[in-house]
Amino acid sequence: MKELKIFGIVAIFTLVLYWGVEPFAHSQMHKHVESHGFAYDGAADIEEAEAAKKEDTVKVKKAFWADVAKVAKIKGDVAAGEAGFATCMGCHTGMPINMGGVIPPALDHAGAIYDKNYLIALIKDPAMASNVDHKYADTSTHPMGSIKMMMADDQQIADVVAYIMAKKAGEVTTKEAFSEACGRCHAMRYAKTTQLGDTPTFKHEKDTLAHKIKVIDEQNLVKAYMGKLPPDLSIIIRARSEHFLETFVENPQSGLPGTSMPRVGLSHEGYEKVHAYMTEIGDPSKPAREELGPKVLLFFLAFTALAFLWKKSRWKGHH
Amino acid sequence: MAHFEKANSIGEWLDQRLAVETLKKVMQTEYWIPKNINFLWAMGMVLAATFGILLVSGIFLLMYYKPDTNLAFDSVNYTIMSEVGYGWLWRHIHGVGASLVFLIIYIHMFTGIYYGSYKKGRELIWLSGMGLFVAFSAEAFSGYMLPWGQMSYWAGMVITNLFSGGSLEAYGLVEWIRGDYVPADAFLTRFFMLHVLLIPLAIIGLIVLHFGTLRIPHVNNQDGEEIDFAEAAELYKAGKVKESKVIPFSPVFLSKDVFVMGVYFILFFYLVFYHFEFAMDPVNFDPADGLKTPAHIYPEWYFLWSYEILRPFSKDLGLVAFAVAQVIFFMLPFLDRSPNVAPASKRGLFKYWFWAMLIDVIVLTFMGKLPPTDALFANIGLVSALLFFALWIALPIITKLEKKL
Repeated sequence: MKELKIFGIVAIFTLVLYWGVEPFAHSQMHKHVESHGFAYDGAADIEEAEAAKKEDTVKVKKAFWADVAKVAKIKGDVAAGEAGFATCMGCHTGMPINMGGVIPPALDHAGAIYDKNYLIALIKDPAMASNVDHKYADTSTHPMGSIKMMMADDQQIADVVAYIMAKKAGEVTTKEAFSEACGRCHAMRYAKTTQLGDTPTFKHEKDTLAHKIKVIDEQNLVKAYMGKLPPDLSIIIRARSEHFLETFVENPQSGLPGTSMPRVGLSHEGYEKVHAYMTEIGDPSKPAREELGPKVLLFFLAFTALAFLWKKSRWKGHH
Repeated sequence: MAHFEKANSIGEWLDQRLAVETLKKVMQTEYWIPKNINFLWAMGMVLAATFGILLVSGIFLLMYYKPDTNLAFDSVNYTIMSEVGYGWLWRHIHGVGASLVFLIIYIHMFTGIYYGSYKKGRELIWLSGMGLFVAFSAEAFSGYMLPWGQMSYWAGMVITNLFSGGSLEAYGLVEWIRGDYVPADAFLTRFFMLHVLLIPLAIIGLIVLHFGTLRIPHVNNQDGEEIDFAEAAELYKAGKVKESKVIPFSPVFLSKDVFVMGVYFILFFYLVFYHFEFAMDPVNFDPADGLKTPAHIYPEWYFLWSYEILRPFSKDLGLVAFAVAQVIFFMLPFLDRSPNVAPASKRGLFKYWFWAMLIDVIVLTFMGKLPPTDALFANIGLVSALLFFALWIALPIITKLEKKL
């Protein structure tokens, strides 16, 4: 059939064109970053330092992550950890109070969304754990830097982490995961949340404006600390590829070298929750699309079948 | 005043006043189309249908879109996408439609080039069609500004900067076009007007003209054969449909058009529901920010080939090359010196010219999106751009040498 041959040629050229401007072009535009399955062992950090030829940093990082691995092997005592955790509660109150540039995150579901190794590393050295040590001459200038002095004993760290993993691991909603892990820096205006949490509705405009000023004040503090206001994440799910988001959250330095964004240490389950929330807000039509799609396609399949029969009947006797 | 009899039916009543019977004959049942055609001849109707879809979906989007730099982004990405019932569907249809309309335009164009459907009385069909291509390009560009994302802003910046004319440094002209020093509110509102009123009006006018230009020279056929339409029509009307070389537009040709449209709509809605990202660049989901240039700025895929003709040369030469590339296709009927109206496969050297041009445009399209910092890609782009011009210079020569069939 000549016509099918022509269709084949058109289809091949169209597909080649698509391949060139989409998958191929994107593979060339963005460097590929390997995902490391939300495991935090410092391998990526050490590689980065090696690539930058910073030999001293390599040594320090190797030693640090070896220490973390050592603590991870110690069996923590949950009961003993509760007392240590009280120290954390001094700052991580869950209240929107800025401390040294950012609001300390609520730890209500820390055991459910963060990785154990990461938490150990974070208590040992917050700047190293979040892979933003390049920002600080000395970790003690990090907003959470004082923890190094307050919790220096390996057994105590293991106890506190054991406590968090056991007692702060209840059911967590996608929204809670997002606001605990991301919400203190990133607003999400399509969900009506800011760095101060959900925006309340006020009866009087005066109160609305007063709240707005509070938000601006908080944003200015975050801006001063981070260098720029972290972007609103309302539709980040459509602005970045799946793979980029995943590897970026695992290690922001991999996608944006030098960024002031800290690694937050989400576990795989934690990331899935955060991702689900970003999808809910940024791509709300997904369920409706999946529901309607097959019906519309079925309609056009039937339409085309009928059109074919009509064409056949009309062209009868013409050849 | 004319004399009117009492009508026995609505049809008759209308016929007395509007001559609908005659109209139907002229436009449909006795509008003759050659029988020797393939599915590529349905692309015109596919384009008309896609334009209709763009128009209808556009009307729905227009009801909620806000042309204001402070509101535009959220009116598209929040209001339309989550608050308006099926707003997402209209938007995805509009976005996918804007991309597919160019795919079909290119197929339609290259079909015309392959079969020589721009020659011997059909020049105006080609010229009005190229007019439509330019109008659709302007429509696509102005529409791309409206969501006011990063790519809207920076594409607006880059394209309006072209009007500074390179070394002419006509920045006054650029400011006049933008209504500001940078793309801002005045820029957005005027491109909004162009997108929803002036250019669609021009497109509708050009579509009417395009159809009109078809009337006298008639549609070409697969062999470029010159048909005596009056004689063939008599044969058809006498019932010898098998012997006749023509078919009526409606219902015979139309039945095939509708079938091809059905196949096309399956692809169209598959893309709308399952694969719309290709038509909606991720970068444009970041709000416009004049202080943050995106890492890569590139146009939508359908402009990439001409963008790549601009890129590999120095500033002034690039602009001239770009300007020539925009209008050179208009010249096709006059640069093709061959007397033959026939498919490229029967036209000697032109056969190679056709495939070389098609492949060159595709290679240019690929390179247009790749980072120019890569030496290999930059060189391929330069060679392809030079080949593009070499092919146009060669066209009158090789077609002059062509033997009369």
